[in-house]
Amino acid sequence: MSVANATTPEINVAYVANLARLELDAASCALFQRQIGTIVDYVRQIGELDLEGIEPTSHGQPVYNVFREDVERTGLDHARVLANAPAQLNDEFKVPRIVE
Amino acid sequence: MMQFEFGKLTVQQAVSGLRCGAFSSVALTRALLDAMAARNGAVNAFVWVDEADALQQAAAADAARKTGHTGALLGVPLAIKDVLNVDGQPCTCGSKILKGYTSLYDATAIARLRAAGALFVGRTNMDEFAMGSTTENSAYGPTRNPVSPAHVAGGSSGGSAAAVAGGMALAALGSDTGGSIRQPASFCGCVGLKPSYGRVSRYGLVAYASSLDQIGPITHTVADAALLLGVMAGRDPMDATTLDRPVPDYGAALTGDLKGMRLGLPREYFVEGMHPEVTTAVQGAIARCCELGAEIVEVSLPHTKYAVATYYILAAAEASANLARFDGVRYGFRAAVDGSPIEMYMQTRAQGFGREVQRRIILGTYVLSSGYYDAYYLRAQKVRTLIRRDFDEAFSRCDALLTPVAPTPAYRLGETMDDPLHMYLGDIFTVTANLAGICGLSVPCGKTAAGLPVGLQVLGPAFGEERVIRVGNAYERDRDRSGL
Repeated sequence: MSVANATTPEINVAYVANLARLELDAASCALFQRQIGTIVDYVRQIGELDLEGIEPTSHGQPVYNVFREDVERTGLDHARVLANAPAQLNDEFKVPRIVE
Repeated sequence: MMQFEFGKLTVQQAVSGLRCGAFSSVALTRALLDAMAARNGAVNAFVWVDEADALQQAAAADAARKTGHTGALLGVPLAIKDVLNVDGQPCTCGSKILKGYTSLYDATAIARLRAAGALFVGRTNMDEFAMGSTTENSAYGPTRNPVSPAHVAGGSSGGSAAAVAGGMALAALGSDTGGSIRQPASFCGCVGLKPSYGRVSRYGLVAYASSLDQIGPITHTVADAALLLGVMAGRDPMDATTLDRPVPDYGAALTGDLKGMRLGLPREYFVEGMHPEVTTAVQGAIARCCELGAEIVEVSLPHTKYAVATYYILAAAEASANLARFDGVRYGFRAAVDGSPIEMYMQTRAQGFGREVQRRIILGTYVLSSGYYDAYYLRAQKVRTLIRRDFDEAFSRCDALLTPVAPTPAYRLGETMDDPLHMYLGDIFTVTANLAGICGLSVPCGKTAAGLPVGLQVLGPAFGEERVIRVGNAYERDRDRSGL
């Protein structure tokens, strides 16, 4: 898909926000529609480049197969972890009902 | 008892003063706490200080020294950007969504500094989750430039830079993903070092963009930055992206001379549209490096114009993934919602995250989404390869590069808030180092007529920190000798 030549399709901000689990009110949606549209228009210029045969780089200094011995280590103290929790019960994180 | 201008003390001076008993860690820490009490209200560099805890740490260090303990940084107080985990201290990342969160462990960089005897006496303000270039995107108010209160301190490590430049800290830690150490250091008039990717462990650094983030020092001098880097650097089993490369004695690079060094000037970093006083200050610094014996060569980094676009695609994409964990389930803020977990996530994140963070999460989610991944994210990773190759080629012809840090001095407060793209474009000279994984240093090289600091950036190849330290230190010593 050549991005540089196509006009930027209207980003469906509400749809993307839903993917990102972010509730946006109408005003924020409109603001982001405009601002992110401008930003995407700008970043589309990378479509100009001929990238045939270029490998992607995901890290500046790649390392491979960084393993450690499969040895048990002590984890975090549960009490301290749960002290940060918004809601807890019986040594577990309490959340809204997931399954009806 | 001599009166020390504790706020202007370097870490090296503090270390020797403490060692020879000229002052105690308690006295030093007390002086910094007093400076914070006097000045932080106007600057808002610090978001958290616990005076009793700080003095207790200092007393413990003094006591340890008396029983024969030593450590490269024993008794030296440091300010820490609120994005790094320090066991038992809050960690808000400048966000409402982590208000009330207490760290459960030390980041590796912190643990290494602690093992060397350092004290952690305050947490500094930042752009929320390190996203921003002005420290105006904090949920805890903006940080003002200590040199000029109408101007920003830069970002995202604005609090750390303002603390050091404002005489409230001897040194501070920051993090740099697209320039967030180097730019605030430049705007505030202090030194900032971004190590090469993989040089310093990111374990315990709250992640913004995992392939770009690095922790680094913000200090009064290059020698101090070298000292702190030496303590923090090295492979860490807790961070698989750290390289198994030995940590050299960075102090050995403090030779003060540049004879025989070839310094490259990338033509794409000296273009139209730069603030004329930035150009003057940086050209002046280049001229001095010449006089110090360096050979100047012109080089080219042809893909520079695509760097900001590449950076914002990759950083936003990685951020959208890294910030998915902030959902109100296990820690931090949870919206009071009487509904499903998904509704809870939606409201928690909508209420807990600020505008800039939300904007980048949406941008990042978009460029990773079905139908757009190849066009944006994958392409950006390929452009990243080209940017890295540009640097490889340039470093085959010179030892280090000299560039401005930013096209302008510090912005006025509020100047960039309505125009995010305008703010992003200011990162043009700094994002390239993160994309390529190389190291960079900002060292003060002058001021505008209005008194705003300007920084010189020294870029070195990956794991070439000795080179940038050597250049920065030599320039800085010469600058101080000439009373610039």
